[in-house]
Amino acid sequence: MSTRMAMIALRRFGLGARPGDIAKVGADPRGFVLAQFDRRTEILLDDPDLEPSHVTMAAAQVAQQQQRLARLIPRESVLDAAQQAIATNSKTDNTEQRQAARAQRPITEMEQKASVQPPMQKANRIRVENFVDEATVRFRHQASTDASFPERLAMFWSNHFCVMARGPVRGIAGAYEREAIRPHVLGRFADMLKAVEQHPAMLIYLDNQLSFGPNSQAGKNQKKGLNENLAREILELHTLGVDGGYTQADVTNFARIITGWTVAGMNTPGVAAGRFFYHAQRHEPGAWAVLGKSYADRGMQAGLDCLDDFARHPGTARHVARKLACHFVADDPPPSLVAKLEKSFRDTDGNLAEVSRTLVSADEAWSLEAKKLLPPIDLVVALSRSLLHRVGAGEMLRLANQLGQSLWQPGSPKGFPDDDNGWTNPSALNERLRIAEQVARVLDKSADPRQLADAVLGPDMHALTRQAIERAETREQGLELLVMSPDFQRR
Amino acid sequence: MSHDHLSCNENLALTRRRLLGGGAASLALWGFMPRAAIAGTRDPRLLTVILRGGLDGISLAAPVGDPDYVRLRQAIAMAKPGETGGGLPLTDLFALNPHMPFLHTLYQKKEALIVHAVHTPYRERSHFDGQDVLESGMPGVAKMADGWLNRALMNLPQQGKVSAKGLSLGPVVPLVMRGKAEVLSWIPKVYNLPLRESTVARLMDLYSHTDPGLAKALTNGLEMVRVADASAATVAGAPAQPAQAPMAARGSLNPNQFREFTEAAETAAKFMKPADGPRIGALSYNGWDTHANEGVVQGTLGNRLGGLDAAIQAMHDGLGPEVWKDTVVMIVTEFGRTARVNGTSGTDHGSATCALFVGGAIKGGRVLADWPGLADVNLYENRDLKPTTDLRAIFKGVLRDHLGIPDGALASVVFPDSGSVKGVDGLVG
Repeated sequence: MSTRMAMIALRRFGLGARPGDIAKVGADPRGFVLAQFDRRTEILLDDPDLEPSHVTMAAAQVAQQQQRLARLIPRESVLDAAQQAIATNSKTDNTEQRQAARAQRPITEMEQKASVQPPMQKANRIRVENFVDEATVRFRHQASTDASFPERLAMFWSNHFCVMARGPVRGIAGAYEREAIRPHVLGRFADMLKAVEQHPAMLIYLDNQLSFGPNSQAGKNQKKGLNENLAREILELHTLGVDGGYTQADVTNFARIITGWTVAGMNTPGVAAGRFFYHAQRHEPGAWAVLGKSYADRGMQAGLDCLDDFARHPGTARHVARKLACHFVADDPPPSLVAKLEKSFRDTDGNLAEVSRTLVSADEAWSLEAKKLLPPIDLVVALSRSLLHRVGAGEMLRLANQLGQSLWQPGSPKGFPDDDNGWTNPSALNERLRIAEQVARVLDKSADPRQLADAVLGPDMHALTRQAIERAETREQGLELLVMSPDFQRR
Repeated sequence: MSHDHLSCNENLALTRRRLLGGGAASLALWGFMPRAAIAGTRDPRLLTVILRGGLDGISLAAPVGDPDYVRLRQAIAMAKPGETGGGLPLTDLFALNPHMPFLHTLYQKKEALIVHAVHTPYRERSHFDGQDVLESGMPGVAKMADGWLNRALMNLPQQGKVSAKGLSLGPVVPLVMRGKAEVLSWIPKVYNLPLRESTVARLMDLYSHTDPGLAKALTNGLEMVRVADASAATVAGAPAQPAQAPMAARGSLNPNQFREFTEAAETAAKFMKPADGPRIGALSYNGWDTHANEGVVQGTLGNRLGGLDAAIQAMHDGLGPEVWKDTVVMIVTEFGRTARVNGTSGTDHGSATCALFVGGAIKGGRVLADWPGLADVNLYENRDLKPTTDLRAIFKGVLRDHLGIPDGALASVVFPDSGSVKGVDGLVG
């Protein structure tokens, strides 16, 4: 029985066992998970190679401005440059450019083509480079960390407050997670909420930089108005939840209150490009009522007050409690568990360390039946950990894409699905098996799947899983069955 | 935007070939390969084919003349030659599975030798350990980093400074070919074909007993693949198949399954035919673990044997008559299966089995067997065909007489501690 609890600690509350991990859990699996709170600095992903989001934003903006300037250069010289690039492409199949680029770092096929239009290339490349660096650091950390539970929480909150890594956001999606999510994973929900909603990635993703108070100075001058997108998603997805009892008037008024929350451009006075900027000239004047409370026009502070109030709203406690229980325990979690989490959230004013502690302490969370299917990213992380990093960061990103979970690119602001139905469409299992086959082939043939199963599934794996692995025709097939077994696929 | 998104993924993506660590680089080497220097005027080729999963030798070369055969095999016993669904005649005792007409032709031309009641020194029944013993060449289960075929490469008689390299077909270099001697590895396209039938069947079995949700998802996924395959076949017509006359006799093979066998065989022949090509190759075919619904003639095993027969023909045709006459293909498995049919119309892991040796260099047209008989008292542990011939004796005879590897090296280095197992004379020539 004890190794089954250890497996829950390593899998349900972790990122999967590496060979040797089971012995580390010891006699107190709960304590093993909770002790990881002491390693919370690891989840900050402080890495000197990673850029703050405003640096990336500014660099991309500079590159784009150069592009605009290039358009002003006499037509002939631009045409010459373009024709030269085309000629080079056709003559040498772009070999020199490829080599030069590869000497620096990988460059995409699309950017090769884009080299015919040189100015656009640079802004794109800056974004792609940052995306790749961020993804690499994140996957490497996940494949190797002992602070698995805090990392799982970071992944949960990152998906709760998801952005989409496209366009300008691509370059800063990773920095967003490090700047707005990770510092607050074991801190206060209200602080995470305020950091998220002021972050350029979120403001751009959900269009708030386009939102003008219709009666603001800039709104009147430019004849622009409200964009409710961010305001609605804050209420619907980030805080109260869709059943949280807010009305359309609440959404519109809250959208008015956060007009002016935007991102500094290159010419914004007094604020560095790419940072959050409160643009007073776009702010809708007046007092507005949201959820039955009137907020006086205090500029930016009214918006912050709203967020604090939303964070304390009982609907938010309920919404967050249910999502956490669904994520860690079951698509249909025990109501008693949800109630405990909700109470913990309310009693501690959204102290996420306490809420997380409540989760790990609850008996309902340690039911022996593993119900949750690993989402693709978690699956490839678990694979990499099982095989002691023989699946590298680039491969992890590729494999997750193949399985339909492209890092930081969910289909909607709702984030990636978090239930079985989301990951068991008809071809999903086929894809998982294809990946199991691919991974099995890279594994050293002398690795014994029977020993590996004991090391990463625990000696108390399902008897039929053990039997299937033992009876496999080849080591390769044994490993495929290990990876595809419910013991590995679920937690 | 979606294009942009894709390009990013490509940027990071390791190509499949890089992931698998084989392929293109190995192929590049191939052009510069020195001619293997092997003694004599002949220029011998040796290809080793490993059938993983435990081939039921009793159903490949069936002892239809053994008085206990039908009693033990009951409904899965093969009929005698001349009867409906009957085997192809070999000797008074043995008949060949009717899905192997090309092998039968080679047998009649004395280019195919069947060795029966043969086994490695391994006597337990684990696939992994059994394959290790088969491929490592050790007298028992032992962790070995290299295989006997690679050690044979290291001990080929040298002429001047040229050295032979091995060829491995498939995504993983099999243990038998691993070691110090350089090995070219090539991944035939067919390995892109995902979802091996036998893995899927095992997984479905596991899910159906443990996880209804995953069982349903897998069922639905497989159904989609089936529909997609069917519509692709309707659109594209029948996939191109190599010109092979006896196809009809090989049963109703799914073309993809068929390609699984022939693609690797054709590729091996393509590499090994040229004068400067590798001389020693290895490949494996999985899927011989027939615990249930074995389908000796109509069904799983019959179809796979048909695929194997097609692969033998692909090697024969691909190498051409000039090279074929100096070729030996050894087709071996880690163990055989129980003498008695089990409760699910299949057979479980057993001991002795049969091995095939084909090629123009083989002294064929015979079944080499010290047949122990299938009477209950003659079975090994009252369940398996009793091993009477050590497979290493056959390997040693072939390596000595075909490749010129000295007895001393065979007994100590290639097959360590095998001094008491004498190489069989007269297998090649």
